[in-house]
Amino acid sequence: MNPEFAYLKKIGNEPNNLIKGLQLIQSTEGYVSDDGIRAAAEYFSLPEVEIEGVLSFYAQFKRVKPGKNHICVCDGTACHIKGSSQVHTWIEQELGLKPGETSDDGVFSLETVACLGCCSLAPVMSINGKVYGKLDRKKLAKILKDYAEK
Amino acid sequence: MSIKFLRVGVASCGIASGADGVMNLLKEKAGNTPVIGVGCIGHCYAEPIVEAVLDDGSSIFYRDVKPVDADIDNILACGEENRFEIPEARRKKEKVMVLALAGKVDPTNFDDYIANGGYEGLKRALSLTPEEVVNEMKLSGLRGRGGGGFPTGMKWSFLAAKQAEEKILICNADEGDPGAFMDRSLMESVPHQVLEGMLIAAYATGATKLFIYCRAEYPMAIKHLKIAIEQIYENKLNVINGRALEINIKEGAGAFVCGEETSLIASLEGKRGTPRFRPPFPTDSGYLGHPTMINNVETYGNVPVILRNGGAEYAKIGTEGSKGTKLFALAGDLKNPGLIEVPMGTTLAEIVFEIGGADPAEVKAVQTGGPSGGCIPVELFNTPVDYDSLKALGAIMGSGGMIVIGKNRCMVETARYFLDFTHRESCGKCTFCRIGTTRMFETLERIVAGKGKPEDITLLEELGKKIKAGSLCGLGQTAPNPVLATLRYYRHEYEAHVNDHVCEALQCNALVKLKLDQSKCVKCRMCIKNCPVDAISDDFVIDADKCTRCNSCMDVCPKKAISRVSE
Repeated sequence: MNPEFAYLKKIGNEPNNLIKGLQLIQSTEGYVSDDGIRAAAEYFSLPEVEIEGVLSFYAQFKRVKPGKNHICVCDGTACHIKGSSQVHTWIEQELGLKPGETSDDGVFSLETVACLGCCSLAPVMSINGKVYGKLDRKKLAKILKDYAEK
Repeated sequence: MSIKFLRVGVASCGIASGADGVMNLLKEKAGNTPVIGVGCIGHCYAEPIVEAVLDDGSSIFYRDVKPVDADIDNILACGEENRFEIPEARRKKEKVMVLALAGKVDPTNFDDYIANGGYEGLKRALSLTPEEVVNEMKLSGLRGRGGGGFPTGMKWSFLAAKQAEEKILICNADEGDPGAFMDRSLMESVPHQVLEGMLIAAYATGATKLFIYCRAEYPMAIKHLKIAIEQIYENKLNVINGRALEINIKEGAGAFVCGEETSLIASLEGKRGTPRFRPPFPTDSGYLGHPTMINNVETYGNVPVILRNGGAEYAKIGTEGSKGTKLFALAGDLKNPGLIEVPMGTTLAEIVFEIGGADPAEVKAVQTGGPSGGCIPVELFNTPVDYDSLKALGAIMGSGGMIVIGKNRCMVETARYFLDFTHRESCGKCTFCRIGTTRMFETLERIVAGKGKPEDITLLEELGKKIKAGSLCGLGQTAPNPVLATLRYYRHEYEAHVNDHVCEALQCNALVKLKLDQSKCVKCRMCIKNCPVDAISDDFVIDADKCTRCNSCMDVCPKKAISRVSE
């Protein structure tokens, strides 16, 4: 197995640990690359196509390398009603990013998520896991600026 | 009167509002007064919240606390600023049983839970025979809180009756309904209560292996559960009938369909989470072929309450067919969003208007059951909330998400939103669900874009019926509900979109333009400065072709001279 992925040995190689293994790869690498798929196939003794099948089924898995600051805009019911589509418009105007894209300089990437569970603070987004609520245009612009300068 | 100790709500909602900064500063300044981080206090609209518990046991609540010296000093001096009374209506209408300890105990402190009656339910269960515990559950009348409403006691008796070497117990914590956060709050705030419920279930059914299948999007819930499991191991509470039970947490990977039990089991086995035909039911053959039982987080959260006080006592609360209390995540167009717990049978009006503080003149409907449910118009708000009454109206109880929809929201757009969600989440196994929901979504997209045809409405109805009949699992069987329910109560909105190209609520951008009223305009140029696409000319005329209807100009206009009007 590719020694880069030797950390997979931390978990058992039974096939029912496959999702756990892929989560481990993603949390280490930021996404699951073709090399990651090959390593998982070897470790869990499963065909590569089956790994690809599991990856494409679950929304959590990314096959494209995310940016340094990963933005998740919540589009749960409450956020949708409170204007999450506006949040997308604003981000597109500020950063030129559409959901699923990473900026050319690799500083930002954008994703839409189903629900961050902070519905009472709608509209909500998270950057690198930190949640920002009650967004308006000004607040959003300031948050993005702070991250761009970090 | 001096402060005995301080509580800060540091569940996810609190942290998102800045409660961690408040807690740190409070700790720094409070000297010897203990500062305890607790879970969800339930009043999300007032976060961050600090509760100062005084020597005589009474409390002062502070709302919207900022991590600045002035706010903290005010609290430590029991000052008047930012004080907050729990609204009278809410105190009267709520009945707090499952959430009794949420916001009261430190979720990571085992002794705190024990000191407040924790594991009394398990102790009582162990003094009974497993059959007697199942009987208590049957007596209680508890029905599955995940939305299905299957009688819990009966489910337990199925697993208990199985003879097998290995029996599996699963807690479904894959709270996937957008707009629902009951299970997250419960796990973050009182993780031990959920685990106590699982241990009681394990004793009653003879289960040997326990799993919690939790959304990966809930890192704090997972962290608190992990800490609690360690504490259970240390105190050997997992040793039942001389056998040490294993409790595992498995993180879901973001698939709504995994709320369906056969999909959840497939996902636990490391596979694509597609549902399968039943029978065999999971209690006959589930995880890796072992007899398996799945209950929802809130269902387990009810179990210690039932065992502590007895099933008969529990059954005194609620309605004929729906016993006990129900948690609701109240959100949307209302003043006081939050997590509430009410007895079954409370009316929608009491929940939305009295507890939620919504303005009756501004509310159009409420959506229960998320993307699987339906809307209930404000005219029917005297309906009591229980499994059967909601079903009769074309909605469902669901897991407890309750979204208030204001008069300024378009119901066609709301339906489009839910179908956008379900058509993407359809796992693709059943043709009707896979292609049917996509066709429904495309039709709705067409209607909100002003390109709908009159026959689209009949097409939606026809597709809806066929998808319900032709799908294997709950996702497909309920996916058309938001469309069918809005067609039932708001057909005129669909017709207005299709026939007259009018969106009554002025929400659908394709059917709306922005108009500047020159007589109100003071020519401050704020709109021109804030327009992201330069659609406003120097003589204050909005170019409808350039305008993206983003409302930026409306929001900044000091004279409210700009409004949305029909094309």
